[in-house]
Amino acid sequence: MISGSFEYHRPKSLDEAVGLLDQHGDDARVVAGGHSLIPMMKLRMAMLDHLIDLQAIDGLKGVREEGGNLLIGAMTTQSELIADPTLAAKCPIMAETALQIADPQVRYCGTIGGNVANGDPGNDMPALMQALDATYIAQGPNGTREIAARVFYEAVFFTALQDNEIITAVRIPTPPDGHGHAYEKQKRKIGDYATAAAAVLLTMSGGRCATAAIALTNVGDTPLYAEDAAAALIGTAVDAAAIDRAVALAEGIASPAADARGPVDFRTKLAGVMVRRAIARALERAA
Amino acid sequence: MNEATPSAEVRTQKLQGLGTARKRVEDVRFTQGKGNYVDDMKLPGMLFGEFVRSPYAHARVKSIDTSAALAVPGVKAVLTAEDLKPLNLHWMPTLAGDVQAVLADEKVLFQFQEVAFVVAEDRYIASDAAQLVEVEYEELPVLVDPFKAMDPDAVILREDIKDQEEVGGHGPRRHPNHVFTWDVGDKANVEAAFDAADVTVEEFISYQRVHPCPLETCGCVASMDAINGKLTVWGTFQAPHAVRTVASLISNIPEHKIRIVSPDIGGGFGNKVGVYPGYVCSIVASIVLGVPVKWIESRMENLSSTAFARDYHMTGELAATKDGRITGLRCHVIANQGAFDACADPTQYPAGFFNIVTGSYDIPVAYLSVDGVYTNKAPGGVAYRCSFRVTEASYLIERMIDVLARKLEIDPAELRIRNFIKKEQFPYQSALGWEYDSGDYHTAMDKALQTVDYPALRAEQAANREAFANGETRSLMGVGVAFFTEIVGAGPIKNCDILGLGMFDSCEIRIHPTGSAIARLGTISQGQGHATTFAQILATEIGLPADNITVEEGDTDTAPYGLGTYGSRSTPVAGAATAMAGRKIRAKAQMIAAYLLEVHDDDLEWDVDRFVVKGAPERAKTMAEIAFAAYNSVPPGMEPGLEAVSYYDPPNMTYPYGAYVCVADIDVDTGVTDIRRFYALDDCGTRINPMIIDGQVHGGLTEALGIALGQEIDYDEIGNIKGGSLLDYFLPTAVETPVWETDFTEVPSPHHPIGAKGVGESPNVGGVSAISNAVNDAFAHFGLTHTQMPHDHWRVWKTAERLGLTG
Ligand SMILES: Cc1cc2nc3c(=O)[nH]c(=O)nc-3n(C[C@H](O)[C@H](O)[C@H](O)COP(=O)(O)OP(=O)(O)OC[C@H]3O[C@@H](n4cnc5c(N)ncnc54)[C@H](O)[C@@H]3O)c2cc1C
Repeated sequence: MISGSFEYHRPKSLDEAVGLLDQHGDDARVVAGGHSLIPMMKLRMAMLDHLIDLQAIDGLKGVREEGGNLLIGAMTTQSELIADPTLAAKCPIMAETALQIADPQVRYCGTIGGNVANGDPGNDMPALMQALDATYIAQGPNGTREIAARVFYEAVFFTALQDNEIITAVRIPTPPDGHGHAYEKQKRKIGDYATAAAAVLLTMSGGRCATAAIALTNVGDTPLYAEDAAAALIGTAVDAAAIDRAVALAEGIASPAADARGPVDFRTKLAGVMVRRAIARALERAA
Repeated sequence: MNEATPSAEVRTQKLQGLGTARKRVEDVRFTQGKGNYVDDMKLPGMLFGEFVRSPYAHARVKSIDTSAALAVPGVKAVLTAEDLKPLNLHWMPTLAGDVQAVLADEKVLFQFQEVAFVVAEDRYIASDAAQLVEVEYEELPVLVDPFKAMDPDAVILREDIKDQEEVGGHGPRRHPNHVFTWDVGDKANVEAAFDAADVTVEEFISYQRVHPCPLETCGCVASMDAINGKLTVWGTFQAPHAVRTVASLISNIPEHKIRIVSPDIGGGFGNKVGVYPGYVCSIVASIVLGVPVKWIESRMENLSSTAFARDYHMTGELAATKDGRITGLRCHVIANQGAFDACADPTQYPAGFFNIVTGSYDIPVAYLSVDGVYTNKAPGGVAYRCSFRVTEASYLIERMIDVLARKLEIDPAELRIRNFIKKEQFPYQSALGWEYDSGDYHTAMDKALQTVDYPALRAEQAANREAFANGETRSLMGVGVAFFTEIVGAGPIKNCDILGLGMFDSCEIRIHPTGSAIARLGTISQGQGHATTFAQILATEIGLPADNITVEEGDTDTAPYGLGTYGSRSTPVAGAATAMAGRKIRAKAQMIAAYLLEVHDDDLEWDVDRFVVKGAPERAKTMAEIAFAAYNSVPPGMEPGLEAVSYYDPPNMTYPYGAYVCVADIDVDTGVTDIRRFYALDDCGTRINPMIIDGQVHGGLTEALGIALGQEIDYDEIGNIKGGSLLDYFLPTAVETPVWETDFTEVPSPHHPIGAKGVGESPNVGGVSAISNAVNDAFAHFGLTHTQMPHDHWRVWKTAERLGLTG
């Protein structure tokens, strides 16, 4: 449980960090909170020669609202997300989800940037980002580009991010006032990744569902954006039949691995249960 | 007694003796991070050892190339079996009378078995170099299923002993993968009882492989002093003296040239009883290199290579009359010992005290047989916070009683009551050979059932079942009742020894002139609070305040010989030795007091902290005064000083018991079990420190929760250990842990000097059964008799699914 040796860098600017990444390519990684990367290094599943710490770079932290969007700096920690008043008022599902991540110690260190960049299907933020239709802002040697969360994840630990790019911020369209939301997660214990989890956002208008978004955590190689399941709710009164359809469609796209959390059939069904419960709670909360 | 003398109550209070909730003296350092654990040790020139471990569960070692590792700057040595052979240390004896490879000798038999030991200037270099040791393996077929171990065509695991007729003196083996058969009881009479029975039940009940998983992993620092030839080993040892004797026997270093020290230990729970390859390799490396060598396990190494527990696969049968009188018990066990039999059982008991399987019940005839087998899993088989194999036995009988209750349609609590050994039957001779010393089971059970309002719980459950049937709820309520009897305090030398060492224990006391004392014991605390409680026992015996008594354990150069701490034996055995040594002190003190007061010994009586002249209470000598006199004015002909030592060979085991009730709610859609209420009544005899008892019960119940609801060391079919890290291994946190309600009755052990029976392990033994019974009970009305542990989410969900309850 001791990592291989590596060189530690602590750049002062983003340009410097990107420069180091570009220079060392495959042999380098950025470290944010270190709570996914360092364990992998200790298990020697991640072997790298250069570790580039983002902690000393100014301007990567904090939450602000701007032109109908919420902008969250990549280095904002999970505990800062939980305490943030803007998010509490405009997008409370952020805190609800962040509270389901690990334990307080981990949340003091772990960042939103690290959580979404990591590419582990067990991370909770990616599915939420898909449900919220977030965009990741990435900086590389050739400038900045934007990548939608819904197309970012390719396979376990494979994402659309290039080796020499750093995520600087996450941009979320501010959900409308009165939206309903819920993040339901089942885990075996505190500090565990989801056996299955679901994020649901919806708005109601005149007793009918006007918009809906659903995404699933840890029941596939990537977070799963359940577009059809959400579509099954839109236009309905979110009655039992609509919910059954949405649940069935969500189960239909789940393809979890069998592991100590349970066999495939259990985790698939559980994804459906999480969706069902999240819809019910979101509906209760919707104005 | 004169006016200045405080009342007996005030003086008793001041002693902080038996029965007081004295605060733990250990906690001052533990809560400030000032404990001193093995890994805190730093010695000049100390090197670090790291193992190269096998990725395969069964393979032949074709070659080992250490050259690349040796070339790394800072690497001092790489040991392999070839290096240990000339010292005859490539194999070592296990506590069960088997042998275990220290470093793989020609083949590996479980995943992560120790293959080579890299010694380097620091841990980082050692870890890097370990990766560079090149081992060539030839994979062999893997055997993990204990039920296939004795198949005629099963691959032979232990080629080293394949022609050996028996292992550990436990009788003939029927197959090269067979370790032992142990049978007890009267087979023919049991058959007759089953033939004559109105009702019989049979159930296959597995107790999964788990691991004690103490917070501190195993480790040591070995230091050979080349000048005086003395070897000192600081390590995580639950039995330091036994380690010294074993070390001497296998290394041929004379025992007086070996010093074993257990510093603070961060939990043991059985994991730290055995002798591990890491200790042997560190010792050899220190001898060879002439400097201290430290070895500390990582968490994954701890979970995957040192001492698992359980892995017992049991078939239980009960015979009974229609009105619920049990007339016979029969049981067969397949014990999966892993690659080497490294159980820490007393020599005569290859399956520990599993013959306590008749539990708290008056069962006239019983028969038990246990077959131990080898598989390609890690060795061990320790008693994880229980006496040897007692939790397995208790689980079996407590589940079987429930199974029988369903069949007879008698309430499970009522069925227990009908079959309890009655108060007047003690001392009670069990069908499988134990003499239960004392107990009042009916009173304990009545108190438990009344406190939880058992009839109301069953009424609520009936309502819940109806609501479930009507689709008004998706939650099922289960009520689990368990009544366990433990057998602890091993034990009488006549039937308990380990490697020939009788399982007595010891205490040595010195009283200082100013009325304070030091007591040294052969046991070693791993969190039990011995420094607190043994001082309390002594305070009451000798009348000096507990705060003035230092308790010291764990250093074989200073402590008297003892067999260590496990199996709830410290209080029953070393606690008894403490009281007995205290009585010797008091006897001498009485003679000194008589001399000082110029009366006959018999004219004195003991009064809390002093001897007073009968009928003249104003004439007295306090223990503190006597202590001073012991060093200057003893009676003519008496040796000065005030010291005593006692080696206590208990006349019998002690038999703590308890009544536990667990109320659980099960969500059939998610498989989540929520423990709504847990009530634990323990009878551990005389209660030395109620606060520590509560703490022990809380800790043991939390482990029981872990085992019942999630813990499992699982292997895939090619012997890869699955989930050998805390990501998967279920260690409950405060969040998962319900409120534990504790209660007690107090029936003292008649043969123990202060009547204490031991408590540290009871909650693990009883807790697992109560929780598992609650989960099973939740589904009982759908015809379920038994579902296997651990009752984690997916297994519970699968049970619900099989019963057609999932949506
Ligand atoms: C005991 C434990 C339990 C946990 N449980 C959960 C859980 O239940 N749910 C959950 O979601 N997570 C869980 N985690 C993971 C935790 O939330 C991590 O903190 C998080 O996944 C990664 O964030 P980080 O800031 O620590 O990133 P790091 O570990 O520093 O980095 C993770 C990866 O992301 C890359 N990276 C980091 N920042 C950036 C960036 N700005 N741009 C580009 N790449 C970047 C790194 O190079 C690395 O590859 C757990 C961790 C632990 C130790």
